[in-house]
Amino acid sequence: MEVFVQQTINALSLGGIYALLALGLAVVFSIVRLINFAHGEVMTVTGYGIWFILLSGFPVGLAIAFGVMAAVAASMTMERVAFRQMRGADVTTLLITSFALSQIIQVVFQAGISARPVAVILPGWLTDSIMIGSVRVGMVSVLSIVVVIVSLVFLRLVLTRSVTGIAMRAAAEDFAVVRLMGISANRIIATAFAISGILAGIAAVLWVASRGSVDPLMGAIPVLKAFIATVVGGLGSLGGAVVGGFVLGVVEVYLQAFLPEDVLPYRDAIALSIIVGILVLRPDGLLPGVSTNRS
Amino acid sequence: MLDVASLKVRYGAIEAVRGLDLSVGKGEIVALLGANGAGKSSTLAAISGLAHWSGEIVFDGQSLQGHSPEAITRAGIGLVPEGRRIFAGLTVSENLLLGGAVHAPPVELRRRAARMQERFPILAERRHQKAGLMSGGEQQMLAIARALMAEPRLLLMDEPSLGLAPQVVEAVFDLIASLRDEGITILLVEQNVPMSLDIADHAIVLAQGQISVRGTTKEVAESQAVQGAYLGH
Repeated sequence: MEVFVQQTINALSLGGIYALLALGLAVVFSIVRLINFAHGEVMTVTGYGIWFILLSGFPVGLAIAFGVMAAVAASMTMERVAFRQMRGADVTTLLITSFALSQIIQVVFQAGISARPVAVILPGWLTDSIMIGSVRVGMVSVLSIVVVIVSLVFLRLVLTRSVTGIAMRAAAEDFAVVRLMGISANRIIATAFAISGILAGIAAVLWVASRGSVDPLMGAIPVLKAFIATVVGGLGSLGGAVVGGFVLGVVEVYLQAFLPEDVLPYRDAIALSIIVGILVLRPDGLLPGVSTNRS
Repeated sequence: MLDVASLKVRYGAIEAVRGLDLSVGKGEIVALLGANGAGKSSTLAAISGLAHWSGEIVFDGQSLQGHSPEAITRAGIGLVPEGRRIFAGLTVSENLLLGGAVHAPPVELRRRAARMQERFPILAERRHQKAGLMSGGEQQMLAIARALMAEPRLLLMDEPSLGLAPQVVEAVFDLIASLRDEGITILLVEQNVPMSLDIADHAIVLAQGQISVRGTTKEVAESQAVQGAYLGH
């Protein structure tokens, strides 16, 4: 039972990180139809930002704040420099642009810092375990769950209470009509990238905290998982991205924890088979986006 | 108020509008009529900045060449799009809010929304409901109310009666006439020729991207082309 509780907390923690990343991808995709594979590099920027500030002797709180701000700046710069020029281009062109951007940033970090991982030394309280009842769990896992919940609640408030948030939800349905309301396309898209950056930054902080190192390819695997999560949840659906992230986290952690040892090498194959199974049963994902207007 | 000259709209190899001239005077309803594919919606798309065009479009003495849809809306032109295109996943209140969001501060916005809900009681009743759950007629009222939230001086209406029940169609045309009486200038694209001619001041009939008939509604109604093709005489 204890193992089950521990693994459930781990699953929710990992699923939460995937959910944040997937949500960042979905916020941008729902508006500009771009799957931004350079989203992973936004995480990497955060990681190196934290590493740099800690290395300079500043406290961890400042490092985290700097890391998240660096993520927002990176995400918005990507939009301004690379994606704005490609606005209106077809999906393939956008996809190739995002892959190119991702590769360029990876190479810059490899050449500029190191191709090897650099250690991020975090304070002991962050890496310790704590007792919840009779169950010992990692502080980072518990913090992850709390941070993910707070982030999701905050994002929901932004999307339902602010005019820009409501306009973003509307833009996900019909961008042309949002522009006809006089609302600036640039503002909506820049805000989407900023939100996406914040979410990637928070996810990166949790990712780095649980692994203790940063490397140039750090964001590549998580963004791939987040992409899978957005597809499982329903491409373009924000709620779906969150659900997809948690489903993926739970599947991965439970399979790792509870599969018999001789089947364990097939863990990824089984996880992906489950994902394929979900998509066969629900081709539009678990929570598809909003349907079109009634006649 | 609106002067369009030598307007051309092209989608790839297809020229949807081929040298259109039209004028809409302040406080008028001008009906733009014609069959499917005649170039009516393309004309509205050009005026509202949603389609690339060449020629001249002047609104209140200001050329709209190179203006984005946002800038055109801010200049005082509202569009009720074809097929209503309300935001189905947003509530009725949120749809209204977006209609006026950049045109008025929050207090004024609430006042305008209250006025819309007074004018369209169904919107007040349904204000917390998702707009996609409403009937076609209710959605059309919402689309019109949403455009009115910006208090446009010129309202472009693209097939507002399309797909609606006859009683609702009548209500929509009554509403359009009352908007004109309140001083809003309207360019109305419609396939319902008899009812459009009933409420409009001037009418233009398009065929294959060009004007086939134009004049006062009386002149247009009496023209042979309209009598034969649209009024069934």
